[in-house]
Amino acid sequence: MADATPVRVVLAKLGLDGHDRGLKVVARMLRDGGMEVIYLGLRQTTSSIIDAVEQEDADVVGISMLNAGHLTLGPLMVDALADAGLDVPVVIGGIVPDEDLPTLAAAGVAGVLGPGSPAADVVACVRAAVAGRGR
Amino acid sequence: MAPVADRTVPELVAAARGGELRATARLLTFVERGGDLAEQVAEATHRHVGNAHVIGLTGPPGSGKSTLTAVWTIQLAEEGRRPAVLAVDPSSPLTGGAILGDRVRMAAATAAGVFIRSMATRGHAGGLALAVPGMVRVLDIAGFDPVIVETVGVGQVEVDVTAATDTAVVVVTPGMGDAVQANKAGLLEVADLFAVNKSDRPDAVDVRRDLELMLDLSKLTGHGRPDAVARPTIVSTVATTGRGVAELADAVDSHLAALLNAGLLEARREVRRRAEVRSHLEHLVLAASAAAVEAAFGAAADAAETADEPPGVTARRLAERLLTNPGS
Ligand SMILES: Nc1nc2c(ncn2[C@@H]2O[C@H](COP(=O)(O)OP(=O)(O)O)[C@@H](O)[C@H]2O)c(=O)[nH]1
Ligand SMILES: [Mg+2]
Repeated sequence: MADATPVRVVLAKLGLDGHDRGLKVVARMLRDGGMEVIYLGLRQTTSSIIDAVEQEDADVVGISMLNAGHLTLGPLMVDALADAGLDVPVVIGGIVPDEDLPTLAAAGVAGVLGPGSPAADVVACVRAAVAGRGR
Repeated sequence: MAPVADRTVPELVAAARGGELRATARLLTFVERGGDLAEQVAEATHRHVGNAHVIGLTGPPGSGKSTLTAVWTIQLAEEGRRPAVLAVDPSSPLTGGAILGDRVRMAAATAAGVFIRSMATRGHAGGLALAVPGMVRVLDIAGFDPVIVETVGVGQVEVDVTAATDTAVVVVTPGMGDAVQANKAGLLEVADLFAVNKSDRPDAVDVRRDLELMLDLSKLTGHGRPDAVARPTIVSTVATTGRGVAELADAVDSHLAALLNAGLLEARREVRRRAEVRSHLEHLVLAASAAAVEAAFGAAADAAETADEPPGVTARRLAERLLTNPGS
């Protein structure tokens, strides 16, 4: 089957936030960018995300979070994947102040998307994260 | 343990048979992509299969298939079995992307240790019919049993995939003319069992009656599976509360037992192997014929000859060349 294989993204909201409107918008952007989105929805934990990544043989994880959780939850996800021996990049979405970007990059977060990022940026960011790792 | 990316297909198959989920997942990826690696996986697995009860589950979008599967597989896991789910959703024909949302309703099943793999139809005609049986084989050799294949029952391909199982379950719901739709889609003919889900709704009795009626009719017209062991059982379920799910599970197990008793399981699997060979052959022939047509219009000498004859004659000339001279 000659078609290029679509990128497979596990998309989830990490933590206890209440709604998934934003996450659904991102899911549609990625689908329209030709990716396969394995949508987990709300209230996921690092362990439920790892189960999905493992079973789905996903190329990349996209997590969203609110409430300024990025500095703890982003690195937590990266470390949890590394501990599980899964070499899969993590892209996070949320309200992240510019001054936190270097910290997140140093913690191994492959990409950061602010709220309202245009579709082209979202898709490009996830693609770049996957390209950075390779298979 | 080396990362899966550094291991050969036979090494991955050995690991998958030993229960390593990551190896199983990577083999599924290879089969799904098709090509050389998929063939290697097929080589390495086909002798070890046959232990899993392969169940097809189909029905309209939103009928509750994933919710039902979650409750059902959690029960199976509690009984000490190792169920796996292959959840198929359509790719967007425009972009090739897909949103695979079945895991949302199956979070509790994941937590209970059920192995779930989502897959997109990926557009190519017949691709699903090639990939699904190979992926089911991987889950089979990895020790999963049963293997439940969830598809959205809308097109011929999904009907074919559902038919290519040991037991085909069709989910219908009240109020949407589901039974009539299922009939039109050809689902009635492949069903071994029906689940009338959302039976908490008052009009559920109507669907049951519609189904009974259509089964009566299909008996008169001689429709239905030639290898059916009995008139399909109809089970009423409420996936959101779990009501009727144990009965559904029992009915599915009984169906397998009836197939075995009647000596029909092997026959059914033989039919399946034939269909699979045919899918592969059709895929090869399609690719070869597309290439032959390109060539016939491409090179200057060939193009002149092609321009000079009716299309049907060109086709015959190409067919003869393809059949006597594969690869030319
Ligand atoms: N009332 C009622 N709703 C149900 C039942 N089963 C599933 N649902 C709901 O139907 C919707 C679709 O369910 P889902 O399992 O995703 O359907 P699928 O598309 O067939 O896999 C969800 O909102 C479920 O909660 C049921 O037995 N009764
Ligand atoms: Mg579903």
